[in-house]
Amino acid sequence: MMKLNFANANIDFLGQRRIALSVSAVLLVASILLLVFRGLNFGIDFTGGTLIEVGYPEPVELEEIRDQLEMGGFDRATVQNFGTSRDVLIRLAPREGEESAELSEEVLQVLRSGGPEGVDLRRVEFVGPQVGDELREQGGLAMLYALFGILIYVALRFEWRFSLGSVAALVHDVTITLGIFSLFWLEFDLSVLAAILAVIGYSLNDTIVVYDRIRENFRRLRKDAVEKVMNKSVNQILSRTIITSFTTLLVLFCLFLLGGAVIQNFALALIIGVLVGTYSSIYVAAALALVLGVDRTVMLPVKKEGEELEEQP
Amino acid sequence: MNAYPSWKYLLIVVVILVGLVYSLPNLFPEDPVVQIAHSVTDEVDEDTRMQIRAILEGRGVDIKAEEFDGSQMMLRFDSTDDQMRAADILRTALPDQHSVGLNLAPATPNWLRAINARPMSLGLDLRGGVHFLMEVDMDAVGDNVAERYTSEFRTVLRDERIRYLAVERDGSSVEVRFEDQASRDEARDLLRREYRGDLDFSTRQSGDTHILTANISSDQLDAQRRLALQQNITTLRNRVDELGVAEPVIQQQGENRIVVQLPGVQDTARAKEILGATATLEFRLVDEANDPFEAERTGRVPANSRLYYERDGNPVLLQRRVMLTGDFINDASSGIAQDTGGAAVFINLDGQGARIFSRVTGENIGRLMGVVFIETTTETVEEDGEMVRQTTRSEEVINVARIQDQLGRRFQITGLDSTREARNLALLLRAGALAAPMSIVEERTVGPSLGQDNIERGFNSVIIGFALVLVFMALYYRAFGLVANVALTLNLVLIVAILSMLQATLTLPGIAGIVLTVGMAVDANVLIFERIREEIRNGNSPQASIQAGYARALSTIADANITTLIAAVVLFMFGTGPIKGFAITLSIGILVSMFTALMVTRAIINLTYGRQRRLKTLSI
Repeated sequence: MMKLNFANANIDFLGQRRIALSVSAVLLVASILLLVFRGLNFGIDFTGGTLIEVGYPEPVELEEIRDQLEMGGFDRATVQNFGTSRDVLIRLAPREGEESAELSEEVLQVLRSGGPEGVDLRRVEFVGPQVGDELREQGGLAMLYALFGILIYVALRFEWRFSLGSVAALVHDVTITLGIFSLFWLEFDLSVLAAILAVIGYSLNDTIVVYDRIRENFRRLRKDAVEKVMNKSVNQILSRTIITSFTTLLVLFCLFLLGGAVIQNFALALIIGVLVGTYSSIYVAAALALVLGVDRTVMLPVKKEGEELEEQP
Repeated sequence: MNAYPSWKYLLIVVVILVGLVYSLPNLFPEDPVVQIAHSVTDEVDEDTRMQIRAILEGRGVDIKAEEFDGSQMMLRFDSTDDQMRAADILRTALPDQHSVGLNLAPATPNWLRAINARPMSLGLDLRGGVHFLMEVDMDAVGDNVAERYTSEFRTVLRDERIRYLAVERDGSSVEVRFEDQASRDEARDLLRREYRGDLDFSTRQSGDTHILTANISSDQLDAQRRLALQQNITTLRNRVDELGVAEPVIQQQGENRIVVQLPGVQDTARAKEILGATATLEFRLVDEANDPFEAERTGRVPANSRLYYERDGNPVLLQRRVMLTGDFINDASSGIAQDTGGAAVFINLDGQGARIFSRVTGENIGRLMGVVFIETTTETVEEDGEMVRQTTRSEEVINVARIQDQLGRRFQITGLDSTREARNLALLLRAGALAAPMSIVEERTVGPSLGQDNIERGFNSVIIGFALVLVFMALYYRAFGLVANVALTLNLVLIVAILSMLQATLTLPGIAGIVLTVGMAVDANVLIFERIREEIRNGNSPQASIQAGYARALSTIADANITTLIAAVVLFMFGTGPIKGFAITLSIGILVSMFTALMVTRAIINLTYGRQRRLKTLSI
């Protein structure tokens, strides 16, 4: 019988809370510094500009395409492979006062007029600078509103210390994921924003499961110390945590490896987020609630539908 | 011991059946079709249909199927290549009165169509096509409206023989200067009557001149802006129809933007040209007293006239005074003139336009009137490091005809060469008037090869990821894992069914959303199964463990899913386009996975183990 045996696991998760919280704090500060001083490699969704993806029947030399574009007057174009050596991504930064959507046509004309044979237009994206600005604003706002909604819901369902812990874990996950995107200079586009928001959902899911078990055990194991109860709770659901993360990652790796270049960064953001999110549910969300002084008395006054279910055999 | 009341089983069976039926249409691919209609008789007759078949057969284009609904003929093809070829051939081969349109028709069997079961539509990233976001220049709306009033004031004051010094536009207000107070007051009373409610008039004196200022009320300006946006949307729709695009999307976004999505369109240059141009019409009297060729040769144009050119290049002199602008046109259609039997365009004016036009045409019966088509393209270019809006304006006379009668709300323009020209003119009149200039602020084009690629890769990654999860679950949880697998599969079917029912558009992030849901849907089952294992380890009987496992996991699953749902709803509210698609699939996925993971698996387990009182072990 295949079984991960965590039934008797007794790892002192919360005993390591000082180390864990320090590690998280360091990572968090490092990420924030990266974001402030290095920033994100925003895609044209956010910065505005023109992006053209072309495909060739044979692998092409990027140098050749660069030369060709330069001769055509596009010396500011960045040219790179996208996915395979036959696919080429050309980026034109927005230039002050130039928002003409005709640009893509001109680039295509230049590419068709010489250089490697058989160029095939695969994708054009043009985003005006004002649209990009708005999106950045809206994306940030969406994230803030999501956090706020979650803060309220968790405070209602659990308690403010849990609520604070869960939101701290979310901020932690999002910031570190963004920090990794900044560190490796990975492109941050609309789909990555969607992934980050999905990370919020996933990480939260994980945190709530941990909290739920802690709440249940607070009511059942009245004699044990708070830290012991919390440790026990995390250990009890350890196999669930691992299996769920594993299956989710299984799917995400399929997306990352097989989904094509367009959703590669989307999948990557989620993979990072799921890993960090699983870690933070235990080491940030639960640990912080403990540090903030959660104990079983805060749980008792709340009458919940979960309680009557527990009375059943 | 563990049993559901029969209504729950029934509910589950019903949901599964409905889900299967409504997800079914997605298994039938869409056929590219060509639609042929007759614009005059509204029926493609038997002869023409035979002719069409013969033409296509002669050129070696295979028709997959043919349908005729009494008026339109629809031809299905195996590929879009065949479809495009057929459309090109038919456009040149068929007589004028036929319109040839491209479309996609689902190959859904009739019984499914009868219950409104239709496949999901595919987003541009999966199908290929163009997406434009266009911004309407709202400042120009106020200017245009004021400009219109300026020329109307001149006409009205001149007609009523009120002497004025000048009529000038100042931003979105109009200033009229008079020599004496009496004329000003007379003009004020007259204009007030004419433009009741639309304009606020005020008077002042500056030196010797008496000034009358007309301000467009802010309500009126807002209304004009909304109207302009609506009119631009209508115009875009008409122009897109002209492009012959299947299932275009043209929608308002925010207060001053319009989204245009044209699936399948590859010629973005032409699409931009047609969508971006601003066009309007003016009706002017022809200056019949002077010779236009003479004016062209000498370059001396009479003071009250302007030199225009017709489409064939002939010069024509039109009076400077505008009789009517195209802003007043409500509708235009083409047809046959009843008296002469020739081609004609029927024009409908709005109330104000009708009043003005009936007056000015009544005074000019028997004279020639020219219709001027004005097209403006706006482009922002860099000039000395500064952003400059450059406007190119082209004006041409599309038609000159004699005014035969006093014209009112509805009139016709005759003297056109063919019904085709009439149809084009009607289209230009209907579609021609963009109320305000627009610029493209966002463009996304996806080539068909990339679309195909995205579909294949997207679906492949879903299927492989899904299969791996199924294998893992079966190995890890054995019999219970198989039950979970049934639930997961059903999960996928139901998501597809709901997306089809909502007629949602499936995009690449949407597929990713589905994949993510699959990964997360497993979580609910894992929570339950781990709980059951735990209960068994604690020494509980299998039946009690099942009971407790489901009961205790419930609040966890509910809490976890509701919080994720909050995130999804926020995404939906603040996101645009692809993010919205992702949020929709995620939300549906969460709701569906709660149903399948809690109810469906429980029902199966109840049916399998529920009645075995002496159950010793569970295959978990």
